[in-house]
Amino acid sequence: MNGAQDLGGQMGFGPIELEPNEPNFHGKWEERAFAITLAMGATGSWNLDASRSARESLPPAEYLSSSYYEIWTKGLEKLCLGADLISQEELANGHMKNPAKPVKRVLSAADVAATLAKGGPVNRPETRAASYKIGDPIRTKVMHPEGHTRLPRYARGCVGVIEAIHGVHVFPDNNAAGTGEDPQWLYGVVFNGPDIWGPDGDPKLTLRLDLWEPYLDRL
Amino acid sequence: MSGHDHDHHHAHDHSELSETELRVRALETLLTEKGYVDPAALDVLIETYETKIGPKNGARVVAKAWSDPAYRDRLLTDATAAIAEFGFTGRQGEHMVAVENTPDSHNMVVCTLCSCYPWTVLGLPPVWYKSAPYRSRTVRDPGSVLAEFGVTLPAGTDIRVWDSTAEVRYLIIPMRPAGTEDWSEDQLAELVSRDSMIGTALATRPEDLSNDLEPTQ
Repeated sequence: MNGAQDLGGQMGFGPIELEPNEPNFHGKWEERAFAITLAMGATGSWNLDASRSARESLPPAEYLSSSYYEIWTKGLEKLCLGADLISQEELANGHMKNPAKPVKRVLSAADVAATLAKGGPVNRPETRAASYKIGDPIRTKVMHPEGHTRLPRYARGCVGVIEAIHGVHVFPDNNAAGTGEDPQWLYGVVFNGPDIWGPDGDPKLTLRLDLWEPYLDRL
Repeated sequence: MSGHDHDHHHAHDHSELSETELRVRALETLLTEKGYVDPAALDVLIETYETKIGPKNGARVVAKAWSDPAYRDRLLTDATAAIAEFGFTGRQGEHMVAVENTPDSHNMVVCTLCSCYPWTVLGLPPVWYKSAPYRSRTVRDPGSVLAEFGVTLPAGTDIRVWDSTAEVRYLIIPMRPAGTEDWSEDQLAELVSRDSMIGTALATRPEDLSNDLEPTQ
């Protein structure tokens, strides 16, 4: 969706704020927000694409005025509500009222290391041939889906060249919507700066994005 | 994306919890009461990223690539497998690609859409990496971003910006500084900062190492 998360090329945000010797977490609540988000992800009640979709569908003004772990927290609340794991009333009171809904698994302390080390690979079997080969010119689609997508606005309708073939990966646009993984060929695509930003674009800049086949048209 | 600490300014003293702190506490309490999360697992998750998974992992990978040409080749060919040789695998590092800076081209990594970052080798991303200024500007005007980090590249250097739009995660191999030919991998790893593996810094020059880090030669 064309939400506030799609920041590439937006202007006016000012200088980057650097913090020397920055800690991982600024306060206990960030630690807890981080950990409950990962632990709830491990219950298998939604996938990573759905959690990204929940965060980026915050109203733009709210997204831009929230810190990152605030966005995670608000996203997690939405996911838990959407999966009927909690009710609005329970969330408001901060206590359980209704019985818990069964989840696929609950992450135990003993399983954390193995779960993190395993991760969640998204490559899938290559059941059909790739449509493009390295060196092929492509143009990215012009599209403005209201649901989740990983084709940023700044890179729509742009000419690029296939530079890498990563294999067949879960397609986020469908996976986020809960309509299945719909695995698609994933390519590394290189773009020249001026082909994205116009004649004022830096000619020494090239951009590389990883894009799924449905985002691309043959030139 | 605002800064990380504005909520704390609303608190009048340390005993008063901000709205956000209360919100997170309420959610954790509720999820715990429901049995969806185990508080002991939460503590282990936090401790893991505080003590075990961080940029020292990536620094070891880069130092080995600098020292061992065969390893460098493996890293550039199949980074996921080469990084797994160290035991660094899994979450947010399932599909790794390593790219190398050269005298002619400099690489930078960003995630304009969220905060994708190679956790297995760099740990959790800093606030600036997740912030609107970095995410918005790096793809359009990376030179100005580098300037804010104090990095000036030789005129004519190509800049390659990698926007992490899929689950592929990128590790930058910075250029090995001159004057380190005899250094061990452990010594070299001290020159590899987190930012140099994102592309917002160069590897630390030996003469810029703080004295307490100076390797004994």
